[in-house]
Amino acid sequence: MISLAEVVLRGDRLALARLLTQVENDTAEGRAALDALFPHTGKAHLVGITGAPGTGKSSLVNQLALCFRREGRSVAIVAVDPSSPFTGGAVLGDRVRMKDLSGDHGVFIRSMASRGSIGGLAQATANVVQVFDAAGYEIIMIETVGAGQSEVDIAKLAHTTLVVEAPGLGDDIQAIKAGILEIADIIVVNKADRPGIENTEKALKSMLDLAHPAPRVFGHHGMSHALPQNPLHAVGEQDAGWIPPLQRTVATDGKGIDELAQHIARHGEYLRLSGDWALRERARLESELEAALRSALMNQFRARVSEEQFSQVLDQVLARRLSPSEAVKVWMNGRLK
Amino acid sequence: MAKEQTTLTGRKIRVLVAKPGLDGHDRGAKVVARALRDAGMEVIYTGLRQTPEMIAEAALQEDVDVVGLSILSGAHMALAPRIMDLLKANGQTNVKVFIGGIVPDEDVPRLMEMGITGVYGPGASTEDIIKDIQNAVK
Repeated sequence: MISLAEVVLRGDRLALARLLTQVENDTAEGRAALDALFPHTGKAHLVGITGAPGTGKSSLVNQLALCFRREGRSVAIVAVDPSSPFTGGAVLGDRVRMKDLSGDHGVFIRSMASRGSIGGLAQATANVVQVFDAAGYEIIMIETVGAGQSEVDIAKLAHTTLVVEAPGLGDDIQAIKAGILEIADIIVVNKADRPGIENTEKALKSMLDLAHPAPRVFGHHGMSHALPQNPLHAVGEQDAGWIPPLQRTVATDGKGIDELAQHIARHGEYLRLSGDWALRERARLESELEAALRSALMNQFRARVSEEQFSQVLDQVLARRLSPSEAVKVWMNGRLK
Repeated sequence: MAKEQTTLTGRKIRVLVAKPGLDGHDRGAKVVARALRDAGMEVIYTGLRQTPEMIAEAALQEDVDVVGLSILSGAHMALAPRIMDLLKANGQTNVKVFIGGIVPDEDVPRLMEMGITGVYGPGASTEDIIKDIQNAVK
């Protein structure tokens, strides 16, 4: 029998869609296919798009995809929207802004619900991206849920991270806070036709100026340690060569999009020339490896401990007889109470 | 706690809600999308003025279990068969298609013959729609 992975490698779009479902649901078939596809990954340029809700991420993705298509490159889009914490349901509405891409077989859009993840992506987003990579899509755009200040998982996954801002969202204090702006490889000020654009741009620019004179300096930890701990800093450690450019856009009419696409291409080139591409890949795969290990250990543990035993210990924690970390110690010593 | 809406194989029920044709009233579609969300389903909402080709393409990419069409223009007898044909051509024969909107009673049997799973007019309850979807994807 031919495996789903083989059919996907041959370019079958229905098989691709079905495999994405398997991967999203973390089924045995999905996991087997990921293993089979893994050697085929590592070719695509992964571009993350993040920013507050309503800044125009989906519209930008739409315009960027059109631009990449004009250059003849195939594009996959993974658009993440939030799941309800109460019912687990979701309304995934990013396609509404991506109508222009319909009817072009060089574009494949997949919507994902966050399913309880809090970092701006879904648990399975990295694996879904891997499937697209193996299937041969050259540019993979990953749009996060409308992100606030600390949903920075995207920077671990993507090679190039765009942070989208819009006029009227915050002042210069917002701009110097830690978090989402720090992960930007490119800052996009969308809705540039709106009033307040000058102030927004000025605040962001002054943040960038503040950042430059102070190079990212790190302690004396060795490379092997520095990399997994903080991939972004490890990148900064290598050189201070990439200055995040600031690009004005109006996503609804395409203004500034060609320039933005050029910034993305330049950043890709920069990563390859400077060796940062390999560093980011290493950091990303390391965190994937860790996640896989964590979930395998967790599964192994849950297989040994019954639901009932677990809830007994939870009761003790609830009664304040054990702290959570003491409870874990008890389990790790194998003495279940 | 959360009641998860999943199919027998354990996956979440994924529904494409689409408005084919040219009428610009999407309130009904949004009410249904919201109700399905509250029932724990994942709803991919595509917005106004979709062609049958766009709908079939989105249904394929999103690998949905269900397509919900909102049609108020009276063009259901032209749009529905076209969409059913395209789904079939793409190999998506197990996708269940529901229609909501203004559909004269005499058209309903013909739509069912085409393979449409359910038709809902004004005043239909969202509970019924949810129940029918859950039964259809079992």
